[in-house]
Amino acid sequence: MRKFDLVHYCKYVLLLIATATVLFPPYVVWVNAFKGKNESTNPFAWPKSFLHMDNFIDVFTQASMGTAFMNTLIIIVVSIVGNVLLGTMSAYALGRFNFRGKQLVLFGFLAATIVPTITTQVVVFSLIKSLGLFNTLGAPILLFVGADVIQIYIYLQFITNIPYELDESAMIDGASLFRIYRSIIFPMLGPATATLVILKTINIYNEMYIPFLYMPKKSLVVVSTSIMRFAGVNQAEWGAICAAILIIMIPTAALYLFLQKFIFSGVTSGAVKS
Amino acid sequence: MNGISYKTQKIIIVFGFLIIPVVLLSTFTYYPAVKMMYLSFTSWDGYSDAASWIGFDNYKEIFTNSELFGVFAHHLPYVLVGIVQNAAAIVFAVILNSKLRGRNGFRVILFLPFIMNAVAVAFMFQYVFDTQNGSLNVLLNFIGIGKISWLGNQSLVNFSLALIGFWKFMGYNMVIYLGALQAISGDMYEAAKIDGANRFQTLWHLTLPNLTKIIQLNMFLTVSGALGVFDLPFVLTKGGPAGASETFLFKTVETAFQFNNFGLASAMSIVLLVMTVLILGVQNLVINGRGEAR
Repeated sequence: MRKFDLVHYCKYVLLLIATATVLFPPYVVWVNAFKGKNESTNPFAWPKSFLHMDNFIDVFTQASMGTAFMNTLIIIVVSIVGNVLLGTMSAYALGRFNFRGKQLVLFGFLAATIVPTITTQVVVFSLIKSLGLFNTLGAPILLFVGADVIQIYIYLQFITNIPYELDESAMIDGASLFRIYRSIIFPMLGPATATLVILKTINIYNEMYIPFLYMPKKSLVVVSTSIMRFAGVNQAEWGAICAAILIIMIPTAALYLFLQKFIFSGVTSGAVKS
Repeated sequence: MNGISYKTQKIIIVFGFLIIPVVLLSTFTYYPAVKMMYLSFTSWDGYSDAASWIGFDNYKEIFTNSELFGVFAHHLPYVLVGIVQNAAAIVFAVILNSKLRGRNGFRVILFLPFIMNAVAVAFMFQYVFDTQNGSLNVLLNFIGIGKISWLGNQSLVNFSLALIGFWKFMGYNMVIYLGALQAISGDMYEAAKIDGANRFQTLWHLTLPNLTKIIQLNMFLTVSGALGVFDLPFVLTKGGPAGASETFLFKTVETAFQFNNFGLASAMSIVLLVMTVLILGVQNLVINGRGEAR
């Protein structure tokens, strides 16, 4: 029954072309990250040795990437703890109770998602300055916690799937509402939290403009701005720049490969909802 | 809390749990939006205490000064490439939705660029596009095409930058389409098969009609994304050559933080915001209108 199927082979050809296109730039970066200063400038020529780590060491120290990773980590951890707490709490309040003004709050969160963050920086900038947070880690943390409300949606979607009978039976046992939130709702939102933590980690790790604008101080470099500063003064030093690109890309790529299931479910549910 | 009635507890919880998010939302989204609206009618410089009221002058400036309004032309390549990107995403979503060996592997690879650090991606493509040592020109040289200045040519630069967007976001669109495709029930395909529909008839009459809503959503994301392009020119070209790759948001940020004209920058932000809302409104109208017609 199964004869030569042209369409079937075309599919593979297209997929292979796409795969090659996706992997081509990272491949070139990988090859050139190991080249010494006086090796071939042909981007396709292989380095003398793939164990030549000088570029990595140079760029790691010169672009102060140790500090950058540390700062990024602090921002990610604090912001995400804030996001998870505020997200689960709002989802509990909005998903379980009816009260006056509920629709207004829901609409407020929804409408906020269409305001592009960069456009409001004109005003937010003076706000952050007057709060005394300019050139502190507090600026990006506050903005990542306060200005991005997408987590509320992921949680709201999830909380409707937790049967209300659980709340009711806990109430019969005399549990307080706070206890219900802490011991039933919060743990049951676990899968949503996992998705959120991963997506947020990637988002914050990749964010460039907020750290660039609010933390010009040298010691407050983050991953995204470290490579910008380095490339700004070392233009066309491709070996070192390629090494920096690899150093930056590997953590998220690893996270993605191990935790892809959560990422895909987060992306699909988030998009289909809106 | 155990001694308190559930009615009182409810009030405490609703208030206590929502107060911080609502305050943050008001402070960092709505207050700036309202303040921006006010500032857009002034000539505020970003640090003086007083902002002088100048009426609609900023808006007049935006729509009459071709240096400001003209940059919208630079967004066209992003829209065009974005449309092709969506078409490609649909094709690959349909392919990956069929029975195929290595399906998940391909999906993982095609989605990979989306999670990569945008700045690192920008520099990666700076290397790809480099006129002298860039891998793209070296590759084209094999087939006899001479050196092209991808980021230095005024009429090419926006297409080059838009292609980076294509590379980065095609897989993301694809995964969204794939999610929608997997939501179409298998029974419908069974029914089509029994009715004797061939593969292309199934695609045309069953698959694509079921995707319309998600295609519109993706198109909205594409167009509003194209309007909001900022990172790529900011990191790679600084708006050059000769301002050819400046985008509206790039101009806004420059107007505010380099020329200290926060009044004009606010007006520009409002214009961009209104355009985004309009696109969203039109999209909703189209989706709902169609829903009623059926």
